[in-house]
Amino acid sequence: METTYSNNKFSKVPPQDGFRVAYILHLADNSLILGQRNAEWCGHGPVLEQDIAITNISLDLIGQARSFYQYAAQLINQHSPSPGGGRGEASEDSLAYLRTEREFKNCLLAEQPNGDWAQTMLRQFLYSTYQYYLYRFLQTNSDTTIAGIAEKSLKEVSYHLRWSSEWVIRLGDGTEESHKRMLRAVDELWSYTGELFIPAPYEKELSIDTAFLKDDWAKKVNTVFDEAALTVPSNVFMQEGGKTGTHTEHLGYILSDLQYLQRAYPGCDW
Amino acid sequence: MKTSAIDKKTLYAYLEEIKDPEVPVLSIIDLGIVRDIRMNDDDELEITITSTYTGCPAMDMITASIRTELATLGFKKIKVIQVHSPAWTTDWMSAGGKRKLQEYGIAPPDKRFSTPKDGVECPLCHSSNTRLVSEFGSTACKAWYQCNDCKEPFDYFKCH
Ligand SMILES: [Zn+2]
Repeated sequence: METTYSNNKFSKVPPQDGFRVAYILHLADNSLILGQRNAEWCGHGPVLEQDIAITNISLDLIGQARSFYQYAAQLINQHSPSPGGGRGEASEDSLAYLRTEREFKNCLLAEQPNGDWAQTMLRQFLYSTYQYYLYRFLQTNSDTTIAGIAEKSLKEVSYHLRWSSEWVIRLGDGTEESHKRMLRAVDELWSYTGELFIPAPYEKELSIDTAFLKDDWAKKVNTVFDEAALTVPSNVFMQEGGKTGTHTEHLGYILSDLQYLQRAYPGCDW
Repeated sequence: MKTSAIDKKTLYAYLEEIKDPEVPVLSIIDLGIVRDIRMNDDDELEITITSTYTGCPAMDMITASIRTELATLGFKKIKVIQVHSPAWTTDWMSAGGKRKLQEYGIAPPDKRFSTPKDGVECPLCHSSNTRLVSEFGSTACKAWYQCNDCKEPFDYFKCH
């Protein structure tokens, strides 16, 4: 097992379960980081209804993240029980608040800045489309906990996907200004979409080949882009690394905000 | 209290007392989130619940309320388990629950589709001349509508 998928805290987890833990953390981190990004809109949305919508999506995503973190913590603790609690024992909180940037396995798309409303909507659309097909696939996974969380979350993701598609269409096929902003968002985000379909080592080990989700994803994106008067870019250099812990500079800033309280006041509760 | 002496029906009646903190007219039984009640060996009472939405912030509070309620009744060993599958659906909401929602001013879930663009009955004036304002309402489980006749905005419990 490579060090990026493990670290000294979890060193007693055997390799096969190590890959499983890594994958569950990857799913959790995706949802947590995108949820945290969307939550930055709280109180800043363009109108009240949309402020509520984006923060509701945030809540759904953080709920998914909690379920995955709880499961990851359970697996980790099975192998390295540390009675008495404290830092030694993994929990949903320790996994979210006490891991470093390099230990986070979210894809790069999730951590990209909100930009304007167009950029946030496009990021949500590109990600929700991916998440929709991924969860649809995972709901029949042999790991029944992963399958259960996927089945449950799929209902929520269907809303996110419909809502964000409508926004991409409204802005893409809207005014000259909104179209211009959507073009800029496509330009800004497209290079982070390639990574979604390149399986990380832990995905390969678990036979979760995300590459085969690409056709469904591309078909949906094409349909919505057509209606939104947008063109799918071609020959774009694709960034990757997030899934294995090599992030854009943005993640560090997100974590310093997200983890500040638990770092400054360990175990603080209210 | 010896749990083996208590039948399930009585236990369900106890749980009827626990309300959803966000929609206080609905009990957790009305909502359909209590999936199973069983007695384990050594008199442990095990309650299985499922969340309406993964991010529902009320779940921790509901779990705590179940423990408190049952502890007050004298149960010593209480285990509350949260499951994800099968995923909760508004089909599990009781008919009584739907009526209580309506009386409380929230339109109950409509089987036709998740969030219809129009035609949801206004809980105030009962007109069907209404429109969808936003698919996301005051909580994860609700969408936001407005009545074109009495002009009142209202929440609709999404069909899920
Ligand atoms: Zn009315």
